Amino acid sequence: MIAEIGHLSLIIALSLSLIQGTLPLIGAWKVNVPLMSMSRSAAAGQFIFISLALACLMYCYVTSDFSVKNVFENSHSAKPLIYKFTAVWGNHEGSMVLWVWILAFYGIAIAGLGTNLPPSLRARVLAIQGLIGMGFLVFLIATSNPFLRLDPAPLNGRDLNPLLQDPGLAFHPPLLYFGYVGLSVAFSFAVAALIEGKIDPAWARWVRPWTLLSWSALTAGIILGSWWAYYELGWGGFWFWDPVENASFMPWLMATALLHSAIVAEKRDALKNWTVLLAILGFSLSLMGTFLVRSGMLTSVHSFAADPARGVFILGFLIIVIGGALSLYAWRAPNMKASGRFRPISREGALVINNLLLVTGCASVLIGTLYPLVLDAISGTKVSVGPPFFESSFVWIMAPLILLAAAGPLMSWKRADVLGVGQRLIVAFGIAALTAILLVALKGGPWGAILGLTIATWLIAGVATEFSERIKLFRVSFLSSLQRAKFLPRSALGMSFAHAGLAILIAGAVGATNWQIENVQVMKIGESVSVAGYDFTLSNVTTSDGPNYTRQRGEVLIKKGGKIVDTLYPEKRKYWVQGTDTTEAAIRTTWLADIYVAIGDPSPGGGLAVRIYYNPLVPWIWLGALIMVIGGIISLTDRKYRIGAPKRSTQQSISDPIESHSNQ
Amino acid sequence: MNKENTDGRNDVAYENANNRRNWFPYILIPIAFIIIAGILAWQLLTGTPDKIPSALIDKPVPQFALPPIPGWEKGLTNKDIEEGGISLVNVFASWCGPCRVEHPLLMEISEENSIPIWGLNYKDQKEDSRKWLSEFGNPYKQIGWDITGRVGINWGVYGVPETFVIDDRGRIIYKHIGLLSPKDWKEKIVPLINSLSN
Amino acid sequence: MRTLASILVVMLIIILVLSPSSAWAFGADEALQDPGLEARALTIHDELRCPVCQGQAISDSNAELARDLRRIVRERIAAGDSDGAVFDYLTDRYGDFILLRPPVKPTNYVLWFGPAAVFVVGTAGLIIFITRRRKQRRDILPTPLTYEEQQELKKIRRDDPS
Repeated sequence: MIAEIGHLSLIIALSLSLIQGTLPLIGAWKVNVPLMSMSRSAAAGQFIFISLALACLMYCYVTSDFSVKNVFENSHSAKPLIYKFTAVWGNHEGSMVLWVWILAFYGIAIAGLGTNLPPSLRARVLAIQGLIGMGFLVFLIATSNPFLRLDPAPLNGRDLNPLLQDPGLAFHPPLLYFGYVGLSVAFSFAVAALIEGKIDPAWARWVRPWTLLSWSALTAGIILGSWWAYYELGWGGFWFWDPVENASFMPWLMATALLHSAIVAEKRDALKNWTVLLAILGFSLSLMGTFLVRSGMLTSVHSFAADPARGVFILGFLIIVIGGALSLYAWRAPNMKASGRFRPISREGALVINNLLLVTGCASVLIGTLYPLVLDAISGTKVSVGPPFFESSFVWIMAPLILLAAAGPLMSWKRADVLGVGQRLIVAFGIAALTAILLVALKGGPWGAILGLTIATWLIAGVATEFSERIKLFRVSFLSSLQRAKFLPRSALGMSFAHAGLAILIAGAVGATNWQIENVQVMKIGESVSVAGYDFTLSNVTTSDGPNYTRQRGEVLIKKGGKIVDTLYPEKRKYWVQGTDTTEAAIRTTWLADIYVAIGDPSPGGGLAVRIYYNPLVPWIWLGALIMVIGGIISLTDRKYRIGAPKRSTQQSISDPIESHSNQ
Repeated sequence: MNKENTDGRNDVAYENANNRRNWFPYILIPIAFIIIAGILAWQLLTGTPDKIPSALIDKPVPQFALPPIPGWEKGLTNKDIEEGGISLVNVFASWCGPCRVEHPLLMEISEENSIPIWGLNYKDQKEDSRKWLSEFGNPYKQIGWDITGRVGINWGVYGVPETFVIDDRGRIIYKHIGLLSPKDWKEKIVPLINSLSN
Repeated sequence: MRTLASILVVMLIIILVLSPSSAWAFGADEALQDPGLEARALTIHDELRCPVCQGQAISDSNAELARDLRRIVRERIAAGDSDGAVFDYLTDRYGDFILLRPPVKPTNYVLWFGPAAVFVVGTAGLIIFITRRRKQRRDILPTPLTYEEQQELKKIRRDDPS
C-alpha cells in the first residue's frame, strides 16, 4: 500500500513538473502574472509529493517490506537500522529518488527565498528546474522505479553491500547530491538569463549564494567519500583518479571557477558571457557524471549495476539538456550587452587566469577520463589512464594557480600594482623559502613533494598577509584589530578560510602521498615490528559475532620508547548474507600523522598478515577540507544575501581591497 | 592623452558595434559537445568495456613446456602446437563455472575430429582436473598442467575460460574471451578456420 | 535459449571481472632483499593495472592475478631487467592496457597534449578577445585632439569658465 502511494506520488510530481516546466515560460513571455506565479506553487507541490515518495520508500526499508523489489535487493532484516535508512540511496533506483528530491528542494527554496527576484526571471528559473525534474522523473518512473513489487514476496533480502554499511558512506551521497544537483540552480539561472536576453550584476549576485551552497556541499561530499576510502579500503589511499571520482571532481572544479567568475560579473559587470557558460558547463558535467556512473560504460569500483537502456535514456536526456543549453548560448550570447573593461594586470585579470587554469585542469581530468572510451569507440584499442597520467598533468596545472591565489586577493580591481603586491608578499615568500630549506634538510626529497609543500606554505602565508592587512594588525591597537575582524564582510572572511583550508589540504595530500611508510608482513601473536619509530606488537587475536557479520579482531599494542602509547583493534569482517569480507582498519590520529593498522589473511605457516602504515599529514586533508567548507558557509551568511536588491555602495567599504600603502 | 575612459556618451556606439559580435566561435561549443556525445553513444551501444584484446595476435605461440596432469602421460609444449596444424587452445579449470557450460561444445568439436583442441589447465590442483575430466569427458588432444598460472600469463590469460585459434604456422590468430557459445563457434570461429585452411 | 546464454554471459563476466570472494583479504608478499630493488618494484607496481580488477593498480589489489603479477615484477627486477624491460615484458603479454601511464605515441597524443592545447586555445582566445575589443574601442572613440585643437580648447575654457 505504502509503495503504491509512493509510486503515485512520483507520478503526481511528474505532472506538476510538466506544469512547472511549461506554463511559467509562457507566462514570462506573455507577461502573464498568474501563469508566472504558478511556478511557485508547482515547485512547492513537487517538493511535497517527492518528499512523500521518499518517505514511503524509507518506510518500506525500515519495515523491511521485501515485497518491494528494491528493498529485497538492498536490505536484510538483520541489518542495523541506520543502514536500512541509508540503503534507500545506496542503490541506483533509490538514489535517483534522492536526486529528484534534492532538485525539488532547490526548486522550493528558490520559490520561497527568491522573493526579490524579478518575477519573469524567477518564473523562468523555476521553469528550467521543472523541466530538468521532469526529465529525471520520466527516467525514474520508466526505467528505475523503486516501487516495483515482487510476487511472491521473499522472506528476506539480499542485504546491502557490506562496504556500504558504514556511517561515512551513509552520508556521502546526500552531501554529494546537494552539490551536484545544486549546480542545476546556476544552470537554470544561466538559461533563464539567456532567454531573457540580459545579464546584469544583480544576476551574478543571485547566482552566487546557490553556487556557494552547492560548492560547499560538493566539497564536503567528495572529502567524505575520500575519507571513507581511506579508512575502509585497507591500504591508506584516499584518491584514485577513478572515473567516478573524477566525475564528481570535474563539477567541483567548474563550480570553483564559477564562484570566482561570478565575483567579477557582480562587482565589475564583466565576464558575463563566460560566467553563464561556466554555469551551463558545471551542471553539464554533473549530468555527464551521472551518465558515466549509471550506464555501465566504465569499469569502476563505484559504478552502479549496468543497464544499457538506462544509459541510452540518460545520454538522450544529456544531449537534449546540454545540447539545448549550449545551442541557446551560441545563439544568444553574442548579442549580449558588452562587458566592463579592465586592465590585464588587475584582480579581474588574476581571476581570468584563475578560471583559465581551473578550466584547463578540468579539461585534463575530462580528457583523461573519457579518452579510453573515445579511443575504444574510434579504433577499438584499449588503454588505461590511471593516476600516473593525472598526477603528471593535473597537479602541474594547479601549481601556478595556487601560487596566484596568494597574490590575487591583494590585487586591486581595474588596475593592480604588481610591484606593490610583491613587496607585501615578501614575508610570505620568506616563510615559504624557509620551509623549502627545512624540508630539504630534513627529508631530502622527493623534490616534487618539497615544491608542493612550499607552494602550500606560500598560500597560507599569503592568506595570513591579506587578512592581517585587512584588520590592520600591528598597525593599530590589538583590540581595534579584533573589532575589524569581527565586522569583516563575511564573504572576505569566507575567502580567507577557503584559501587557507585549501593550503592545508594540499599540504596534507602532498605529505600523505610522498612520505608514507608502509610495512606489510606476517606476524605471530607476541611478535613485534618497528615502524617509523614506534614498536607494534600483535598481542591477541579473537573471533566474535556482530549484528550481521563475524569478525576477527586483532589487538595491536603501540609502544614508543618502551611505554605503551595506544592499543589498536583492527578487524576483518565476513558478512553472512553476501559472503563478502571487509577490512576495518584501526587508525590512531594525531595532529601531524596517522598510524594505520589493518589485518589480513592468516598465513599458512601460522600468524596473520598485518599492514602497518605511518601516514604523515593525512589529518590535514580532512582538516583543510573542513575549513574550506566552513569558509563556504561563512560566505553564505554575508549580509548582502539577506538584504533585498543589491545596493550600489558609493563609499569605499572594507570589502574593497586595501590599496598599497607605498602608493602616493 | 587619450584616457581609456569610455563611460558616458561613447557607450551607446560601442554597444551597437559590439552587438554584432562574431558568432562563429560560439557555435563551435555545441558542435564539439554533439561530437563527443555521439562518440559516447556509439561506445555505449557497441562497446565491450571488460574485454581486453590480446597482445599476441599474429605472434608465434609462446614457448613453454608444461607437465601432464598427474597420472597422465603427455603434457603440452609449444612444439606440439606448432606441429599440430590449425588448432584451438582452450584455457580451462575445474573450478570455473562457465568452463562446465562450454564443455559440451568442446566435446562435440573433438568428436567431429575436424580440429585438435589443446588444453591449458589453469591453476587446478592435481585431483580436481582429473576428476572433472573423467566425469564430463576429455575433449583435449593433450593437456598442459599450469598449476602456477605462469604459462597462462605468458599467453596473456586473465580469466577462465579463454580460447585461442592457432594457424598451421603456429601463430595465434584469434582470442575468444569467456564462454564459447555455439553461436560464437558458428559465427566467429568456423569462418575463421575455413579461411585459414584456404 | 538466448536468455540462458545471456545469463551465462553475465555470470561469466562477473566471474572473470570480479576478483575471488576473498577480495578484501590480503596476504603478505615476499619482498625483495635489496631495498633499492624492492623500491623499484613497488614503484612499478603502482604503474601497472590489474587486468581483472576495476581500475586498480596491482599494488592495491588482492586478486590472485595481481599477486602473480607482483611476483613476476620482482622476479624480473631481481633478474636484472631495467624498468623499461619489465614494462615491455608485461605489455608483450597484456598490451598497453596494463599500463596506467599510457605510452606517449601518436595514438595517445590527444591525451598527453590535449590539456596543453586547451590552455593554448584558451589563452589565444583571451588575447583575441582583448585585442578585438581594444580595436573596436579605437574604431569608435574619436581620434585624440591634435595639439592645435587642445590649445583651442584651453583658450575657450579660459575665456568662458562656465
